[in-house]
Amino acid sequence: MIAEATTHSTARSQGAGGQPDKSRPGAAAPADGDSSVSVRDLDIAFGAHKVIAGLNLEIPPGEFLVLLGPSGCGKSTLLNAIAGLLDISDGEIWIDGKNVTWAEPKDRGIGMVFQSYALYPRMNVERNLSFGLRISGLPKAEIEARVKRVSELLQLDGLLKRRPAELSGGQRQRVAIGRALVRNVDVFLFDEPLSNLDAKLRNELRVEIKKLHQRLGNTMIYVTHDQVEAMTLADRIAVMRGGVIQQLGPPKEIYRRPVNRFVASFIGSPGMNFFDGRIETTASGAEVRLDGATVPLDRYGFKRPPEGGRKAIFGIRPEHITLGETPPEQFTTHGMVDLVEGMGADTIVWTSLAGAPLTIRTDGDTAIRPGETIRFSFDPANACLFDAETDLRL
Amino acid sequence: MSIDVTSSREPPKGASALAFRSGSANERAAPSRQREKSPTRGRKPKHLTIGRVGLYAFVAVAAAFFLLPAVVMVLTSLKTMPEIRNGSIFALPESFDLTAWVKAWSSACTGLNCEGIRVGFWNSVVITVPSTIASIAAGATLGYALSFWRVKGADILFAILLLGAFLPYQIFLYPMVRAFSMVGLYNTLACIVIVHVIFGLPIMTLIFRNFYAGLPVELFNAARVDGGGFFRIFWNVMLPMSTPILIVAAILQITNIWNDFILGLVFAGRENLPMTVQLNNVVNSTYGEREYNLNMAATILTAAVPLLVYFVSGRWFVRGIAAGAVKG
Amino acid sequence: MTSPRKRPKTASLVLIPFWLVVLAAYVGTMLWTVQISFTASKLLPVDTYVGFDQYERLFSSTRWIVSMQNVVIFGALFISGALVLGFLLAVVLDQRVRFENSLRTIFLYPYAMSFIVTGLIWQWLMNPGLGIQKAVRDWGFESFSFAWAVDRDMALYALVLAGLWQASGLVMALMLAGLRGVDEEIWKASRIDGIPAWRVYLFVVVPMLRPLIVTAVVLLSISVVKAFDLVVALTNGGPGISSDMPAKFVMDNLFTRQNIGLATAAATVMLITVAAVLVPWIYTEYFRKVRAGAAT
Repeated sequence: MIAEATTHSTARSQGAGGQPDKSRPGAAAPADGDSSVSVRDLDIAFGAHKVIAGLNLEIPPGEFLVLLGPSGCGKSTLLNAIAGLLDISDGEIWIDGKNVTWAEPKDRGIGMVFQSYALYPRMNVERNLSFGLRISGLPKAEIEARVKRVSELLQLDGLLKRRPAELSGGQRQRVAIGRALVRNVDVFLFDEPLSNLDAKLRNELRVEIKKLHQRLGNTMIYVTHDQVEAMTLADRIAVMRGGVIQQLGPPKEIYRRPVNRFVASFIGSPGMNFFDGRIETTASGAEVRLDGATVPLDRYGFKRPPEGGRKAIFGIRPEHITLGETPPEQFTTHGMVDLVEGMGADTIVWTSLAGAPLTIRTDGDTAIRPGETIRFSFDPANACLFDAETDLRL
Repeated sequence: MSIDVTSSREPPKGASALAFRSGSANERAAPSRQREKSPTRGRKPKHLTIGRVGLYAFVAVAAAFFLLPAVVMVLTSLKTMPEIRNGSIFALPESFDLTAWVKAWSSACTGLNCEGIRVGFWNSVVITVPSTIASIAAGATLGYALSFWRVKGADILFAILLLGAFLPYQIFLYPMVRAFSMVGLYNTLACIVIVHVIFGLPIMTLIFRNFYAGLPVELFNAARVDGGGFFRIFWNVMLPMSTPILIVAAILQITNIWNDFILGLVFAGRENLPMTVQLNNVVNSTYGEREYNLNMAATILTAAVPLLVYFVSGRWFVRGIAAGAVKG
Repeated sequence: MTSPRKRPKTASLVLIPFWLVVLAAYVGTMLWTVQISFTASKLLPVDTYVGFDQYERLFSSTRWIVSMQNVVIFGALFISGALVLGFLLAVVLDQRVRFENSLRTIFLYPYAMSFIVTGLIWQWLMNPGLGIQKAVRDWGFESFSFAWAVDRDMALYALVLAGLWQASGLVMALMLAGLRGVDEEIWKASRIDGIPAWRVYLFVVVPMLRPLIVTAVVLLSISVVKAFDLVVALTNGGPGISSDMPAKFVMDNLFTRQNIGLATAAATVMLITVAAVLVPWIYTEYFRKVRAGAAT
């Protein structure tokens, strides 16, 4: 499983030989093609409890990488380790060509945005933005210039004299982002920055962050448990569970070709439908026999040639199922409708296949009612097959 | 269980007052409907039932039990000695006589000294002010260090302190006396201040540690990313947020140190005896006839500072009590 | 910047003076006290070790035995009394009585005052010739007796009464805070189920207040163990030794009777008694939780 994940990582960039850069990258222009984060053989243990073991991750410059996973999967721990906010047990962390494993957070060339905003409550916006700069002893003019630039960029101009308590949630988070921006660093770390906001604001700020990334081109590492954020923001997503990166790849690949059942079930809403079955080889290729249905797999892209008799889990996403008859290469069957959930734009239809419940995503204005028998079909090429024992994709 | 004593809500007083007094159903209807909507606390009062009468009877007796001693104390202090000898302890004074107060303040005798309780008052002030400031500074620093900085062995340090808070002073006193004598500090102002800081350290550390543990770690992390060190974060980020707990700590320490008897008795020395010790000497070791009016006036004067703190601070005082030992 | 070192240790440096103070003032003095208790010290500490002789002396001393009995009786009555009275007061105030704020102030103000003040007030109230006893007898109740502080059989209960007066408000304040924190829906549910209020208080609310009750018991226990000021001011251990307490026993032997060996032995016995109760409690209340929190 680990091997699977690491093969996806991009070629290890720059050795230890990056130029021995002078001070902090404070003065350096962002995105000069140099920045990258590299995590090597990372171990983190709290007492006897290993949270992360042997993790490797290479992030090329300018990438927007999202660490995605359920709570407790180690994604925030990994981010905090990169930031230098917790001591690691073993391994190395390189940022911008420098080994920063034991460097102070401030010396790592990172800016960080926190879930609870973490604004200093007794300082106004301006002082919040400039606190770090003042500590580092930057000239006053330089501080003012940077604060001005960032507050214009984030439309904070009118708020500079306010205290955090006098700001709305969205404004607070923009200040928090601004505090990371004024540091003029190449790497930004986001720790679930939007999860304290309501749905509407969350969407707005998500777009803002995306635009910011397009404009600045910095490396961004973004932790979230929200798959929508991950799918929309990321260049690549690292799906984590139990301190291990399960899959690392572009959003489309994660969605289309999940490496294992966990990734398949974690991405997508409503989740993928799963059915127990058995693979049998046929003259034209293979098929999977479910309880009362047989799905031909001639169009399914196996990683290795299928073995007959192997127990497998067959998965199909609700949005990949269409109602009614469709071209002959698709698999068509029928079932009785148990429940219809209208969701406005979509309708989720609950029926069953092979003795297990099945959800279908369809139009918002469907006239289907519970009790009806419906015909539905899907293209087996869109399905996912997992080994019943190892949960890995077949 | 988290306690926020300050947020205990005001009950809709008017409503229940009206319901209690009025016998007419009409008058009761309106306020009781109002009560349905308002978020009630506790059980709904039943109007003028036996239970309600019993409730108020209990309240009255309880209030009398708590108030009476203070009333008697004030009454006694305003009487003359013949009045005290001949009248009831509950009787009102015949005239408003402040002689005992003046005497208690400026010429009451402890042993051979007859300079009044004011000497003790000023001693207590001189002891309380530096002790309070120093113990808060120490407790805040240590509490901050313990809650944000992972230092090896900090758990053990805190455990010893907690244990120390609960142990009787008697276990520490004698060696301390010996140690202070050796360095020539025994029976000095510095000595009693240091002792107060030492014995105030557990409670101060505990309340500051609890307070800082309640702040988001992310705030600390943000300051670390911004480049703040130990003292910078403490001074610029944490302390400005600590006003509530500083007030609580000040209330606790002022009352604790002012009310202290045993430490002042042992460590302060003859020159610096705090007010409580002096008061006890005035009352319990006078020769000849006891002047009860003077004793009571001196007692009131000794209680005045903590009582003033109590009345001014209101619910902060309760918060201080709760802050001490609630949760870890 | 790339050297593989640990975090800068400003925090560790800051802790050093605290370590010194704690080790010297708490651990050091404690060990010294225990050490003295094994010597024949009288006026000044000496190095003549006498084994457990001081402890034998201690437990053959009537005064010490009486002190120990007294502190147990006092502690039991004081703690249970303050809990019951404080809880009742809190429940009463929770009934939305009138003048709630004033009543709360009245119930709690004694706690702001020192035990010395409390002791002296009650000494005056219990004055045999001029106090409450005289006033009530003058009203015609000739057999009324309230001179507890000078009565060998009642002196201990005088301490309990004064202690209750001072400390019940503390319990009231803690419990009231807890009662106000009880979820409104519990009361709604109990009304729908038709459960009488006293039953809800006893079987639903009291278990919910358990942490607060523990807190109150701890705070009250501390003042029991430290009971010295109140005794000195109210009864001075008398009449005779009838209201003596271990804390006072130690103080007298340390500073007036010049019996240092015996006093430190008594202090050591106090230490062991308290520690036996405390260590398990501190462990469960503080460190188990902290550890659990750190692991997640």
